[in-house]
Amino acid sequence: MDAADTEQRLLPSRPVPEDLDAHLAAFGPRPRVDSIAMIDALEQSGLRGRGGADFPTGVKWRAVRDHHETRGGDAVVVANAAECEPASFKDRYLLTHRPHLVLDGLEHAAEAVGARRVIIFTTRAHGDVEAGLRAAITERRRRDGIDTFIEVQVGPNRYVVGEETALISRVSGHLAKPKVVPPRPFQSGIDHLPTLVQNVETLAHAALVARFGAAWFRSAGTRRSPGTALLTVSGAVATPGVVEVACDEPVGAIVDRAGGTDGEPAAVLLGGYFGRWVAADRLWNQTIDADSLRSVGATLGTGVLVVAPATMCGISETDRVLTFLAGQSAGQCGPCHVGLPAIADTFHKVATGRARPAALDLLVRWSHDIRGRGACRHPDGAMLFLASAMDVFSADLRHHLKHGACRFSGQPALLPVPATEAGWW
Amino acid sequence: MVVRVRLRVDPIKCKAHGMCGELFPERIRMDDWGYPVIDQRVLPDDLLDLARRAVADCPRTALRLDPLDEPGARERPDDPD
Repeated sequence: MDAADTEQRLLPSRPVPEDLDAHLAAFGPRPRVDSIAMIDALEQSGLRGRGGADFPTGVKWRAVRDHHETRGGDAVVVANAAECEPASFKDRYLLTHRPHLVLDGLEHAAEAVGARRVIIFTTRAHGDVEAGLRAAITERRRRDGIDTFIEVQVGPNRYVVGEETALISRVSGHLAKPKVVPPRPFQSGIDHLPTLVQNVETLAHAALVARFGAAWFRSAGTRRSPGTALLTVSGAVATPGVVEVACDEPVGAIVDRAGGTDGEPAAVLLGGYFGRWVAADRLWNQTIDADSLRSVGATLGTGVLVVAPATMCGISETDRVLTFLAGQSAGQCGPCHVGLPAIADTFHKVATGRARPAALDLLVRWSHDIRGRGACRHPDGAMLFLASAMDVFSADLRHHLKHGACRFSGQPALLPVPATEAGWW
Repeated sequence: MVVRVRLRVDPIKCKAHGMCGELFPERIRMDDWGYPVIDQRVLPDDLLDLARRAVADCPRTALRLDPLDEPGARERPDDPD
């Protein structure tokens, strides 16, 4: 099989978990790639982080490597499999089906930046993923020639735990809460060592860049957003699930891959709970590359795509998610842990028809006020989500303000809001 | 050499004592919950003394003056992936 020619790059053609033998049969052994050549190839490939921030991967690896080289000492690499985004399971899907491609990428990262400590981080909520990873790592250790020691670390399943500095705190022996930057992880991360934290899908792409090269990687997608991406498609679609698509595919075609819409779509939530609602008719023909999405005010974020039917109450959905996000604050920064609950509470009063009209102005003012004022971007993300809801569902919002619940408010929730795990350890 | 600085607050250290807003309203206002909202623009020379006073008097040592070209201030190679 020539993996380089298929559109399905990351996911196997059959949805069966791949053991090491199957992985080696599909891809052959992991090539040895010189550190400089690896980072150059990544930069040329244009690969960007798939955990939500869309930051150039090669630049990130180079920063850790350079800092480590000038400082001496050691460095740490972490594969981020926390996937705390409730509507996302593409990372877990990848880890379940192609664990060895992710681990290949992790080993490339460790070699490229010169890290001796290599970790994969997940959460207690993903127990099956953890067990599968441990089994895959054992498989590799038993095989000659694959000798990197990969630690598995597990933290609490809270929304902000996947944030780099929170993850770093947890692995360093502290509570899994975000920290003020700078220092940034490439300067001082786990145990104060230069640290690279990279989403697992990104690492799998990096493993393919190491094998097939930058030009091959760029043969899919656009100049600004090359390659393929994993998306979690849910909501009003016939077959919800994880799909792999080229980064220049239109939203409508992606929804068709998930069996097409189930009823008339009204809006789409793109990018997760730090993402944006966009009216379906504005988004349907847009391709998912960054330039195209920016023109409608959206980003791909964590690759979450939820199709909302016309029979959904966007205000009730936003209300639930906002309350969830307020409860996910790490409680460290005032604008977040005092401001977010105040905003969520006020929005809830609007949604249930118990607020004065001035509450809308207050929501707008508060949501601008708290942006950029946390140690991490939890408040910023939550407010982007809120602002897009107030924009896309503005008519519904006025209806709720005046009359309370609408005729769709009692529908089962479309967007999942998991129970919050107690504690931060 | 003149070092250009701006005022920053450590949001984790800050516990809304409110001193800074009293001392330096030219660049610091309080939000509805009593936490400071800092004007991020570079500080002109004639405001530096007031800024230093606000920094020195913060009971949580949450306020600081950062040089604009500190490492990591502009490049962000490790934003959340």
